[in-house]
Amino acid sequence: MSGQSQYTPKSDFAKWLERRLPILGFVYDSFVAYPTPKNLNYMWTFGAILSFMLVAQIVTGIVLAMHYTPETTLAFDSVEKIMRDVNWGWVLRYAHANGASMFFLAVYIHISRGLYYGSYKEPREVLWILGVFIFMIMMATGFLGYVLPWGQMSFWAATVITNLFSALPVVGPSITTWLLGDYAVGNATLNRFFALHYLLPFIIVAVVALHVWALHVTGQNNPAGVEVKNVEKETVPFTPYATMKDGFAIGVFLVLYAWMVFFVPNYLGHPDNYIEANPLVTPPHIVPEWYFLPFYAILRAIPSKLLGVIALFASILILAALPWLDTSKVKSGSYRPQFRKAYWVFIAACVGLGYLGSQPAEGVFLWCARILTFYYFFHFLFILPWLSRNEKTEPEPESIEAAVNGRGVSHA
Amino acid sequence: MNTKADSSESRPEPSRRDILYVATGAAAAVAVGGVVWPLIAQMNPDASTRALASTEVDLAAVPAGQIITVKWRGKPVFVRHRTADEIKAAEGVDLKELPDPQPDNARVKKPEWLVVVGVCTHLGCIPTGKEGEFNGWFCPCHGSTYDVSGRIRSGPAPSNLEVPDYAFLTDTKIKIG
Ligand code: HEM
Ligand code: FES
Repeated sequence: MSGQSQYTPKSDFAKWLERRLPILGFVYDSFVAYPTPKNLNYMWTFGAILSFMLVAQIVTGIVLAMHYTPETTLAFDSVEKIMRDVNWGWVLRYAHANGASMFFLAVYIHISRGLYYGSYKEPREVLWILGVFIFMIMMATGFLGYVLPWGQMSFWAATVITNLFSALPVVGPSITTWLLGDYAVGNATLNRFFALHYLLPFIIVAVVALHVWALHVTGQNNPAGVEVKNVEKETVPFTPYATMKDGFAIGVFLVLYAWMVFFVPNYLGHPDNYIEANPLVTPPHIVPEWYFLPFYAILRAIPSKLLGVIALFASILILAALPWLDTSKVKSGSYRPQFRKAYWVFIAACVGLGYLGSQPAEGVFLWCARILTFYYFFHFLFILPWLSRNEKTEPEPESIEAAVNGRGVSHA
Repeated sequence: MNTKADSSESRPEPSRRDILYVATGAAAAVAVGGVVWPLIAQMNPDASTRALASTEVDLAAVPAGQIITVKWRGKPVFVRHRTADEIKAAEGVDLKELPDPQPDNARVKKPEWLVVVGVCTHLGCIPTGKEGEFNGWFCPCHGSTYDVSGRIRSGPAPSNLEVPDYAFLTDTKIKIG
């Protein structure tokens, strides 16, 4: 993990370079010799899948930017031109738009994995918090990108989201005007959103580097939730074991991604976004992209503007506090029978909130959203701290080796 | 100001060097502020946007019962020619029932004409006219309802539809902004 490099340069050039910039050794130690617990399951391949998706978004995004025009009278047409005239433009745009969805699908699985196996616990708190940052920057990037095609949904999403800041007392409205560069969403807004949409993915790359650095300091968690005791016996080198497995998982993930791009490219989109933005007409049902729905449901569940906005931000930020809310010494959900139930109820609540976020905020939908919003916070603020103190956990395996040999059943 | 002097028991006179430190620090802070200011302020509406200040509206073409939408500062403004029944309904409301209490006569210059910014005070969607329980406006985004005076009656919006600055130029013409 850290310390003396495992790398011995062979060629003269490698020796020459290593003495000046030990980059080959760094790569070797991080992605070849790096010891990975031997009991990792496929949930541990999503980090690689996410890295792949980040690169895919950057590559497709940069080529789209070569044809896109961030100006209100031209933006919509430039995207239509990408779809009809630009060579292979349709595939590039569908790959980018669906790539965002696949990216979020992967990040939700990746986060859920961490929630189940207690990957946020000591000593991985910083690693976890960096992950929460990445998630937030991803959300900002996805939102900014969705505004660029300048359809009706783009325009009204931009309006609603920037108005979240107007909920702040006193300074709110001036902050919204400052963000928009106008008194309503307009050309200044579109232009700066494009600049930021281009910038943020590179900030994500930088935070991912910190995230991986922190990972390589603490080592990976694993389905048994006990730390590596014997590197020799309990780990296998990253290459070929993890590289092969990650490569295979990326391949399977690509099948789904390609299916989306080629067979149902508009399934997750919204038809209203093929109508050019009209600042004087709000579409009757404005719904955000699927990956924002649970948070949107929380925003709408609360009948006060300021409190709704606070709940929205709190529902994301509370993840960062998780290491101090769930203090149970047992990491893996596999050895926590009650936690395990609470976990699945929580996942169901999130999916339920997602469904409610797509429905009109009235009547029974609204009440269900209120109950689930309450439950969302109740899970973090009461159930987890309570279980940490009172749950009777099952015995953890003594070691990864013991878990693999079947003593202490692992659900891996 | 300088920690060295504070921590020693007898406070010696600040030296020349202390004064130089503080002066340099202060100058650097002012310089950083001066550099950051334009970087932040460039994001506010530019001069051409601020200049689009006012819009004139001819009311003669709007029959009683109709609502028209005009654009002012990039935002819609609703001009509603209210019927006698609607005026009565708006004036008859008990202020205690209102989340943001305001009498109707504080929101209009002439009772027949209601002029409000057509932007929901929740998160900025445009409410649709003559819908919702109070026959004023209904916001499709998160379900806020407004009455025929543009006052918030139910839903997440915190306040009444904003009344812009406007003036009657003649009996049938107003200038907004
Ligand atoms: C974190 C990575 C990224 C995510 C999650 C993301 C997400 C999105 C989304 C959701 C859209 C709207 C797609 C649609 O409905 O049409 C979009 C559009 C766009 N993005 Fe990205 N993006 C990312 C990276 C980038 C990068 C690095 C660039 C480089 C400049 C870029 C350039 C564009 C352009 C030009 C558009 C408008 C064309 C279009 O709508 O297809 N994106 N992005
Ligand atoms: S924007 Fe009108 S109710 Fe939310």
